[in-house]
Amino acid sequence: MSAVTPTGRRIDRARLRRRRFIDLAYWFAVAAAFTLLAFVLLHILGYVFVRGVQSLGLETFTTDTQGLAGGLRNAILGSLELSGFALLLAAPIGVSAGIYLSEWGGGWVGRIARFMSDVLVGVPSIVLGYFGYITMVLYLGWQFSMAAGAITLAILMLPYIARTSEMALRAQPWSLREAAYALGAGERRVVLRALLPAARGPIFTGILLALAISLGETAPLIYTVNWSNYSWNGHFTHEPVAYLTYVIWSYIGEPYASAHKLAYAAALLITLMVLVINLGARALLWRRR
Amino acid sequence: MFRFRWAVGGIAVLLPLSLLVIAGFLLQYSWPAIQFNGLGFLLNNDWNLGRMYGNPVTVRGELVLPGASYGVLFLIGGTLLSSLIAIALALPLGVLSAVFLSAGLRGVARAAASFLVELLAAVPSVVYGLWGYVVLIPFLGHHLYPLLADTLGRIFPAFAEPTGSGYGLFTAGILLSFMIVPLIAATLRDALDATDSALRESGVALGASRIEVMRHILLPGQRTVIAGASILALGRALGETMAVLMVSGNALNILPKNIYDPVSTMAAFIVSQLDSAMQDPTGMAVRSLAEVALLLMAISVLVNGAAQTLLWLSGRRA
Repeated sequence: MSAVTPTGRRIDRARLRRRRFIDLAYWFAVAAAFTLLAFVLLHILGYVFVRGVQSLGLETFTTDTQGLAGGLRNAILGSLELSGFALLLAAPIGVSAGIYLSEWGGGWVGRIARFMSDVLVGVPSIVLGYFGYITMVLYLGWQFSMAAGAITLAILMLPYIARTSEMALRAQPWSLREAAYALGAGERRVVLRALLPAARGPIFTGILLALAISLGETAPLIYTVNWSNYSWNGHFTHEPVAYLTYVIWSYIGEPYASAHKLAYAAALLITLMVLVINLGARALLWRRR
Repeated sequence: MFRFRWAVGGIAVLLPLSLLVIAGFLLQYSWPAIQFNGLGFLLNNDWNLGRMYGNPVTVRGELVLPGASYGVLFLIGGTLLSSLIAIALALPLGVLSAVFLSAGLRGVARAAASFLVELLAAVPSVVYGLWGYVVLIPFLGHHLYPLLADTLGRIFPAFAEPTGSGYGLFTAGILLSFMIVPLIAATLRDALDATDSALRESGVALGASRIEVMRHILLPGQRTVIAGASILALGRALGETMAVLMVSGNALNILPKNIYDPVSTMAAFIVSQLDSAMQDPTGMAVRSLAEVALLLMAISVLVNGAAQTLLWLSGRRA
């Protein structure tokens, strides 16, 4: 069936109807795909929050784990300390690498370094953990320890920080560099006084996201830090450390209700930390825009 | 004059250097295992530490426990199969979600929805594992798998009974797909947003609807981006450890017969076997685990290198 428009064009109504139907089917498919993803995420978050809040108590924060019961003070502190030390190592190195790649990394050296740091992002964290195990735990004889874990996490964070810093610095306009050089500043001063302050928002965002990733890691720590029922005693080597993600994977497999409570509480705490850091990082970026 | 540049460059070298050092140490440490295992490492299906209390014997110049053999074909199979299932599920899900984010929403709703998808990538692997262990496994084992076996199983033998308890290959693939979807969706959405608006406008001017512009004009232009992001996501799936470890059933020395069978992957196996491997007084078991790690690293470097090259060719990466 066809009709004619005032301008004389013929409209094939059956064809139009088929196009509308295909359009509708596509809209349905894309909305369904997104709904499924949103449902999964909200289910994970909701489940972890409900079970976690039920399992939290004051003693979660004030006592150490005792076997498969007790609190999580040792693990909370341990997670923060491990990621904190890793950040102290990775942030200056990563930002420096970002500066080099953005300012002088145009040649083949920079291109190779950039490619390799992108590849390093893709190396599975368990491989980094095994590397930490054979080099630091076995060869250097540090045993399961804070140092081995923090250095392993730092290697994991490095490429993220370097690449986000590079992107942040590159986004700064050439006129900024030209103005600084024109005022007679040397390379060091241009970078430290003009470029870094201008790019500090996105750089900080990258560092925060790397911190969130390291807080959520488990596999490399099983190999380098192991587990301790006590709070960290300040020794960087020869002393295992507790951390939250260990509690989740190891205690949920135990048959006791007290162990499950600890696992849910740990899952809630680590998820909250990661979400808060992510939200903070994005808020930082958003406010500066 | 240029001391600052050299200092910063010296620090920057640490980054590629750490990649080389990791590969070098793994190779050096696993060398005896590579010598002992030979090609059988990749082709055989028998991970066996040997008799723990026997006297070590010398085989092919290496000191090992009697009866020890290390073949990891089942790990290669489990890793590749679970990752391929993950990609097969995540690719349509990710592309459709990216289309929804790019064409279906605007303003605040769009920013919130994009943030939601990206949050999926931020949830720690072990929390996925926990959710998979207590929520996904009972649901799949009791509801979805019997249904699948009853319907698809009549046509495809891989979906047929027995469906098992819910631990296994398909569960690992489903969980992995949720973990890698955000990478595909976010990369593709950014690429779609960055396309020249003249392209979009010319499509609309020809009378195409928004979805038709997307299907016939925008998506075909993003083929390399989709391929690159998928390979990147595949690399992520290959290396995932904790979530897979908690839902895969940790099969030893068997290849899956159907899609529900328990499997193990290289990454999960390394974690689960360390305790028993450390019992081996000759150390060959730990060295063989290092060989597994080296193999996993080689695969992920290859996969990532390919993805970076593709994305670089498409102009999405500097």
